[in-house]
This record gives sequence, C-alpha cells and structure tokens, in this order.
Amino acid sequence: MSTRTRYHLAQFNLGTLRFPLGDPRMADFLSLVEPVNALADGTPGFVWRLVEEGEADATGMRPAGEDVIVNFSVWESAEALWDFVYRSGHLETMRRRREWFQRHVDAHLVLWWVPAGHIPSVGEALERLALLRADGPSPRAFTFTSSYTAEEAAGADAGAVSAGTLSAGTGPAAL
Amino acid sequence: MEDIDAIALLQDPVRRRLYEFVAAQGREVGRGEAAEAAGVARTLAAFHLDKLVDAGLLEAGSRRLTGRSGPGAGRPAKVYRRSAAERDVSLPARDYRTAAGLLAEAAETAGLDMELQDAARRRGRALRGQGASFDDLDQLADVLAGRGYEPVLDDDGAVLRMRNCPFHTVAEQFPPLVCGMNLALLEGLAEGSRVRVRMDPRPGWCCVAAAPSKNNEH
Repeated sequence: MSTRTRYHLAQFNLGTLRFPLGDPRMADFLSLVEPVNALADGTPGFVWRLVEEGEADATGMRPAGEDVIVNFSVWESAEALWDFVYRSGHLETMRRRREWFQRHVDAHLVLWWVPAGHIPSVGEALERLALLRADGPSPRAFTFTSSYTAEEAAGADAGAVSAGTLSAGTGPAAL
Repeated sequence: MEDIDAIALLQDPVRRRLYEFVAAQGREVGRGEAAEAAGVARTLAAFHLDKLVDAGLLEAGSRRLTGRSGPGAGRPAKVYRRSAAERDVSLPARDYRTAAGLLAEAAETAGLDMELQDAARRRGRALRGQGASFDDLDQLADVLAGRGYEPVLDDDGAVLRMRNCPFHTVAEQFPPLVCGMNLALLEGLAEGSRVRVRMDPRPGWCCVAAAPSKNNEH
C-alpha cells in the first residue's frame, strides 16, 4: 500500500465567535452550517468530521473556550481538502468570516497526517495546534502554505520516537 | 528561456493563433484540430505547437483521440494544453506580484477582509463608469475579457464562468481574502445591471460566476 492510502490528512481549526450563536448577526452563518456540512460529506476524499453526540454538527462543542467553535475533519489527501475548503460552496463562508469570527493572532488551523482508519481525538487536535503555535510548522503540525507529506511526517515521528520526545497518545501506536 | 523570449515567439501570427486557440479551449487539443482552427497545414501547425512547448507556453501530452485502445489502435496522438506557468514582461522592470503578495499577507494578518472588499467594490463601480450598466451576459463578458478573465458562456447561455483568474498567484496564497476581493470588484462592476455575480468556485476556474438577474432584483 502506498503512503497515500495509508495516511489521511486531519484538519482542525478554531473560530472565535464575535457574537453568541443565538444572536441574529450569526443567523446567516448558522443557516450555512447544514448545507456546507452536507457538501463536505458528499465531497470525494472526505473521510470524517467531528459531530457532537446526539447532534448534527459540532457547533455546540467548546473544547477550546466558551466563545470558540471548532471544525475538525479528516480527508484522503491535501488536494481533496483544499478543493473543498477553497474551491467549493464552502468558500462563501470563508469570504464572510470577518462578519462572524474574530481575527486570530495565533495559528488557528492545523493539519497533520493520521493513519487511515484512525479517528483523531479533540485532545490530539489541541495538542497539534499547540505544537504549531509553539514551534511553527513541522511535519507533525503544519498549514496549507507550509505543508509536509505523509512520508515526511512518518520520518519525523520515527525520529521523535528514537529521541524519546514523543508525548503519549501520538506515539508509534497511533501511527 | 526568459519570459521576454517566450513572449516574443507569439509575434508570429500563426503561432499566436495556435496559442490563443489552445488556451481558449481549456482542454487538450490535437494537432489536426489546432491546424484547422489556425488555417494552416497539419505539419506546419505541429512545428509551431512544438516551438510553443519548448518555450513553456504550452504543455504537450499524448492521448488516443479515437478512444480505441489495444493492438490496432495506432500511436497515441500528441495533444496540447496551455501551460500553468506565468510569463510576464514589464518595461521598465516592475514587480507588482511581490508587492501584491506582501500587501495581501499584511491584510490577512490584520483581518482586513471587509476593508479590502469595500475598496474593491468602489473600484468596480469606478471601472464601470457613471450611469453605465450591463443589459446581458454578452456585454459583461466583453468587459471581463478585456480584464483577462477569459469568460465562457455555458451551453445554454444561462451562466457566464471565467476560465482565468487574473489574481491567480495571490488568490492561491490567500483564497478567502483575494476571492472575496474579486467578488466585491465584480459586484461593483455589475451593480445596477441586469446581470448578477455570485461566488461559485470550482477547481480550475475563477471563483465567480454571473447570471441574468431576476426581475425583482435591482
């Protein structure tokens, strides 16, 4: 099996709400959540997205702060994710992001490779984002403009294991 | 080959016709088809098409044009499409691409999406000129063609899409910022017209599409 099929790309991003979701100024955003999620689900290369138990989406989850909503998904390739984020109806929500979300000074989107079949946890995602914020882009936590291949990530993890610096939960058992 | 040498190759009228034909198709084009469009013999077309490939203006591939395969299908035909590489020459030398990238990076960091969209909408209005408007998609297409968008009407003539993004390099680096700017620019341009622009991105095309507006709009 090639690394392309053995690894999938996880993406996690934060959005700090300008107003509570119940505020009328967020109505346009809320009305786009369901169709955009449906679009993602039907996009070639889509693997998984975070959904709160018993809900249709993850907008009620607040793992990163009371006014911070999260978007968490897994894709077969960076190209599939890129085309969905920037070359589909999803771009419309991005274009209007400043109406609904505060600007982030720190990194707010992180990408990393996961073994195909592994569903990453929110804890893992927050850890990868912290890694990106602390050390800048690396094969273990990167962005669209500074991306790494699954091969580079596998190599970096192997190196980290031998150096004994890998934290629990992201170790070789997960890869 | 330097940009100026590659561009100078298009001085030859046959080469220029071939290049423009291939670019306008937005797909792979065979030698025979290109020769016919340029009104020259196939061997001459082949010679010039390969010159354009050498210059990096076109890319060549091979394809079985008949759709047959296996023994008896014949050799795959050589096909051409426009190269993704950008060529530009400015005299005296100017470097607006670096400036645009830096300004976009600063605007992205500062979260200036709305300010940029406001400026773009104003610019769009100014480009249209006072009192002017578009009665239909053909009129809008003429103006967009002049600005490098390469507009194409879809089969039933109901939607106008743009094959080229004039802001491609910065749009790839900062998509929401630059695509939002582009939409606002075209919204300003089409304001008060019987055509309406909207965001409708798809891979390989400009993020904006235009359609006739419904009667209750504007």
